[in-house]
Amino acid sequence: MHFPFLSIIVFTPLVAALIILLYKPEQKKAIRITALSAAVFALAMSLWVYFTYDKVAVGYQFIEKYNWMPALGISLHFGVDGMSAPLVLLTGVVMVTGVMISWGIDDRPREFFAFLFILASGVFGVFASLDLFMLFFFYEIAVFPMYLLISIWGWIKTREYAAMKLTLYLFIGSVVSMIGALVMYWTSGMHTFDMLVLETAKFTPTFQKIWFLPVFLGFAILGGIFPFHNWSPDGHVAAPTAVSMFHAGVLMKLGAFAALRVGIMLLPQGAIFWAPLIMGLALVNIVYGAFIASVQTDFKYVIGFSSVSHMGLVMMGFATLTPEGLTGAGVQMFSHGIMTALFFAAVGMVYDRAHTRQIPELGGMIKPLPLVGIGVIVGSLVSMGMPGFSGFIAEFPIFMGMWKTHALVAIIAAISIVVTASYVLLVVRRVFFGKMPEALEGHIAPIRNLDKIALVLLMTLMIGIGLFPALIVPWVQTGVQHILALLGGA
Amino acid sequence: MAAILPILPEILLLVLGILILIIDPFLKRDTSRRPFLGWFSAGGLLFILAVSLLLARPTAPVLVFGGMLRFDWLGFGFKMFFVFAAGVTTLFFMDTDHLNRRAEAYLLLIAATLGMCLMASSADLVMLYLAIETTSIPLYLLAGFLKEDDKSTEAGFKYMLFGALTSAVLLYGFSLIYGFTGKTGLYDLSTNFSTFNVVAVGIIFLVLAGLAFKVSLFPFHFWAPDVYEGAPTPVAGFLSTASKAAGFAVLIRLFTAVFPAISSDWSLILAVLATLTMTVGNLIALAQKSIKRMLAYSSIAHAGYAMIGVVAFSKLGIASVVFYLIGYVLTNLLAFGIVGIVGRLTGSDDFQAYSGLSRRNPTLGLAALVAFLSLAGMPPFVGFVAKFFVFSAAIEAGWVWLAIVGVLNSIVGLYYYLNVLKYVYLYRMEDQDEEHHPLKVSGTVVIALVILVIGILLLGSLFGPWFGFATKAAMSMF
Repeated sequence: MHFPFLSIIVFTPLVAALIILLYKPEQKKAIRITALSAAVFALAMSLWVYFTYDKVAVGYQFIEKYNWMPALGISLHFGVDGMSAPLVLLTGVVMVTGVMISWGIDDRPREFFAFLFILASGVFGVFASLDLFMLFFFYEIAVFPMYLLISIWGWIKTREYAAMKLTLYLFIGSVVSMIGALVMYWTSGMHTFDMLVLETAKFTPTFQKIWFLPVFLGFAILGGIFPFHNWSPDGHVAAPTAVSMFHAGVLMKLGAFAALRVGIMLLPQGAIFWAPLIMGLALVNIVYGAFIASVQTDFKYVIGFSSVSHMGLVMMGFATLTPEGLTGAGVQMFSHGIMTALFFAAVGMVYDRAHTRQIPELGGMIKPLPLVGIGVIVGSLVSMGMPGFSGFIAEFPIFMGMWKTHALVAIIAAISIVVTASYVLLVVRRVFFGKMPEALEGHIAPIRNLDKIALVLLMTLMIGIGLFPALIVPWVQTGVQHILALLGGA
Repeated sequence: MAAILPILPEILLLVLGILILIIDPFLKRDTSRRPFLGWFSAGGLLFILAVSLLLARPTAPVLVFGGMLRFDWLGFGFKMFFVFAAGVTTLFFMDTDHLNRRAEAYLLLIAATLGMCLMASSADLVMLYLAIETTSIPLYLLAGFLKEDDKSTEAGFKYMLFGALTSAVLLYGFSLIYGFTGKTGLYDLSTNFSTFNVVAVGIIFLVLAGLAFKVSLFPFHFWAPDVYEGAPTPVAGFLSTASKAAGFAVLIRLFTAVFPAISSDWSLILAVLATLTMTVGNLIALAQKSIKRMLAYSSIAHAGYAMIGVVAFSKLGIASVVFYLIGYVLTNLLAFGIVGIVGRLTGSDDFQAYSGLSRRNPTLGLAALVAFLSLAGMPPFVGFVAKFFVFSAAIEAGWVWLAIVGVLNSIVGLYYYLNVLKYVYLYRMEDQDEEHHPLKVSGTVVIALVILVIGILLLGSLFGPWFGFATKAAMSMF
């Protein structure tokens, strides 16, 4: 048995949450320091996992398996492949930056960090789980803290509504998928929830066609797929900054990832059958999301809808079922996670100081907040898929995949690039350049050092991947090979 | 010695009850020594739990006392958690005015527990009926224990009227069984019910009516909200957990022992009942303003979820019901415990009373979080795995639609449970001055809350061994 890296990564936040709950509510500083050290530790571990992952050996690595309940074939089975390793790393990065940016939370920070870390444990758990039961277990753990985080620390105007909407949407999705998973379990007759075994179950094509849709869409709700995307912009906007980062940065990937792992990988025939439909839905996501984003006046809603659009690209990548598309989707999950985390961090910093997010009421922010401005500019370049940034590495292969399957889809989807470029640049110009409104003059305090570190970290990653795609693409490609084998072999 | 092992818990309960009666006169009223009664009961129940677990474990199922009782894992398992629930309830009693200083309250609780233990292991119609009455009568009294409180009196009276009526119906069903077969032993009857004819239908309906009252299945659920609302809160907690589980124990034994041959016929009836119970319970719970009534309807809904496992009627199905009930007992005891504490400290059971709870007492807020999320079926609390197993059993047996109804219902449930948490965590007190209105919780209650929270987390994460027990109980039925 090797060193249990993945268990440690998964349970570090949970243990940290428990420790945090043991502090007295007044010990705010100790709570924050504990939170940050746990996050840094988890990030360090996930970095280690990422860089020691053997790209030549392919397949699942760092495997740990403990029998949890042999009677039903439930085991605590962890392992990462090329698809999930970047996502584990992403979660680590977002966790650290999220804690840094939430340093200023003063209302019950004990509960805030505890809930945030329970959420993080759930997210790590889903990315690392190779057991279907455990995947649901962690998936739900990731859902419910969301409700509390948004409704307690969120934006006062919409938090109650948005939190409840989000929770119900996600819960409905997950229970629908759960029924599908249980049906798979009993139909396979293998008496195991081990996904590596279930992959070999050879479900009949009819079965796969019937159950693919509920399972895939159930998870894809969390990935923000049209027409179930409605919860996501509301949720993003209502959530406090760190939670928006987590939410758009990591949680939506959770949905996409689970849809891939359970939907496409366990029911490949169904995926092939329904791919045109998924492609259609994703196309609506991409184009419609971009258009809606371009007419928003609230800075945060712009980012919220741009997430819908960008997650559409991930779904599109899946639906092409081509090596290019899947690779692009894998990279896009990582790239979008970092990008959107940065965007929401920046929005939060602006809002905390200007107390408004209405784009017409902002302006000239680059002067008092230079680093935030640069961050948003970098994010925008990533967002529109500019070469040299991570967005390009992600989107280009997805478009290649689309072109290979349906050229027309690629052409329509390409509209979104133009729209995206127009609205992100518009936001940058209106918020960061131009003349600062008089009401804000002199009220904009500089950002904290921790905020700066967080921004720089996120920017570095986006530019780093853009310049050195070899830092991520080979990983994703090994994961894609496995998926293609399942699709082809089925 | 070996002969009394099967009823060791019952004997010890009786002894404990008598000891309480003896001690009572020696502790003068309104002195500082009265809490001793509560500690004595709780300690006694803990002792019974430990001794029974050590000495009185069953092996192979065996009929004892002339076929009156069956000594098996199902009965034993249920007994153990009745005693546990009674112990925890005792701790809550100690924190409740008008109950804590009265020896009768503890005595009645123990008597009811004794009846439940017998219910869980009865293998004969006569014994079963006696056990049900032994359970019910002390509970009627407990529900109406607060004599000065009209609502409590009403609750006691209503509970008794409904209870008496359904007991009569149940008895009528039993008499039909005896009339048609000439037998009273549950395990002799299965050969007499091999076809689903008019007699079987009639008997099943009559018996179901009686038991449906106990477990508050639709359409025999009407008493629950009124009784839970009026009864002292710890009593309501006990009613909604142990008493309901006892009903399920009987239900499981009756249907597996007497009607196994026609399971495909009655399971449809039960499936419909389960659907209606879940749906009605959840939908009406949505509209409640009082948290006790909300919990009453939620407990109706939970009876429906547990029923899904009975419908599945397989080893996994029965095991999942048992596991569900264990989890549900822990969770609902915690929920009612919190309601009791808040009710006592704020004098109200409305949702408003929970505003700012997490600021007034963060630990109590967290306990509420655990209780309500577990009820909603969220991991890592026991509610999630319990539901997962029940739905899994349904799908194994081919009841996919029932599982879908179940998950849809759990979404409705999630809504109103989160609503409570909204008050606890989000809303503020009117003057936003929670810091000067801290809620002080007594030590006894803290013990109970800690035990329950740990139990909920333990069963929710390390569920393997516990489900093993449940499976053992289920195996003894087939």
